[in-house]
Amino acid sequence: MRAVFAAIAVTLALAGAARAVEPDEMLKDPQQEARAEAIGRQLRCPVCKTESIEESDADFTKDLRKLVREQVAAGKTDAQVLDYMHSRYGDFILLRPPFKPSTWLLWLAPAILLLFGGIFAFFMTRRRPATAEPEPLTAAEKAAVEALK
Amino acid sequence: MRRLLFILPVLVFVGIVVYFATPLLRGIDPSVIPSPLIDKPVPAFALPPLPGYPKGLSSADLKGQVQIVNIFASWCVPCRAEAPALMALKKMNIPIQGIDQKDKPADALEYLKELGDPYVSIGADLDRKVSIDWGAYGAPETFIVDANGRIRFKQAAPITQDDIDNTIVPLINRLRTEK
Repeated sequence: MRAVFAAIAVTLALAGAARAVEPDEMLKDPQQEARAEAIGRQLRCPVCKTESIEESDADFTKDLRKLVREQVAAGKTDAQVLDYMHSRYGDFILLRPPFKPSTWLLWLAPAILLLFGGIFAFFMTRRRPATAEPEPLTAAEKAAVEALK
Repeated sequence: MRRLLFILPVLVFVGIVVYFATPLLRGIDPSVIPSPLIDKPVPAFALPPLPGYPKGLSSADLKGQVQIVNIFASWCVPCRAEAPALMALKKMNIPIQGIDQKDKPADALEYLKELGDPYVSIGADLDRKVSIDWGAYGAPETFIVDANGRIRFKQAAPITQDDIDNTIVPLINRLRTEK
């Protein structure tokens, strides 16, 4: 059983690290490559929408990865590389979009839902006490019980 | 008060339906990424010509008159569908500049021979860098650039006759009267 769990854990861990980068795309310097990957993971693939550019197999995205790596190799900071992409593709390209009026709902929805859920749960649990005092038996019921004895 | 509480889920549901139905009914395509480049000057670029053509395309060519910039490629299937619409625009004397995205030049020449060449000039964007500067995420993509060299409109989908009649021509006419 433990072996099964271990296998599942390993599979999930590997699935999380899915990468589309091919060996010839990678930077020679492992430190720079790690930085480029970290930047790429923050950039959303404009072609496939639901993946980062590090995970996407699209030909177009490959060129975006190449650009990120070129800029990292040229000594650009993380912020400069992200800015480069943001100025061309807007908030869409950032997997972690900035907090501004058009994204307030996006960022605050979990907190709002939790708050409403909490209020709801609070009132629901308070209204009905779990252990209500049972009503005493009526005279007729008492008589019936006596009759059974 | 009690009754209000019972109606609440219904109200929330109605709210959600309205929120999702509005863009659906208005025909907003969620796969289209809004471009931050609208109303901004065209990116600075200079692309070489395709073999056999006298000149390529650079940002300097995009000033002085209202023009269309069209990103295309021979490998792009919807570009073929769009080709007749571009030829129709050419017939209307609307200048179209082309950016040939990540293409083999020989394939591009073949494509233009087969479907016609609606472009004033074509720049060969061999490594796709200039397309990315334009915020493109595929092909075809069509931009309208005003006389001051600012991007005023973008469509990230093939142009249809309907787009020409209802969007492109009215906008170009309006931009031509702008000073």
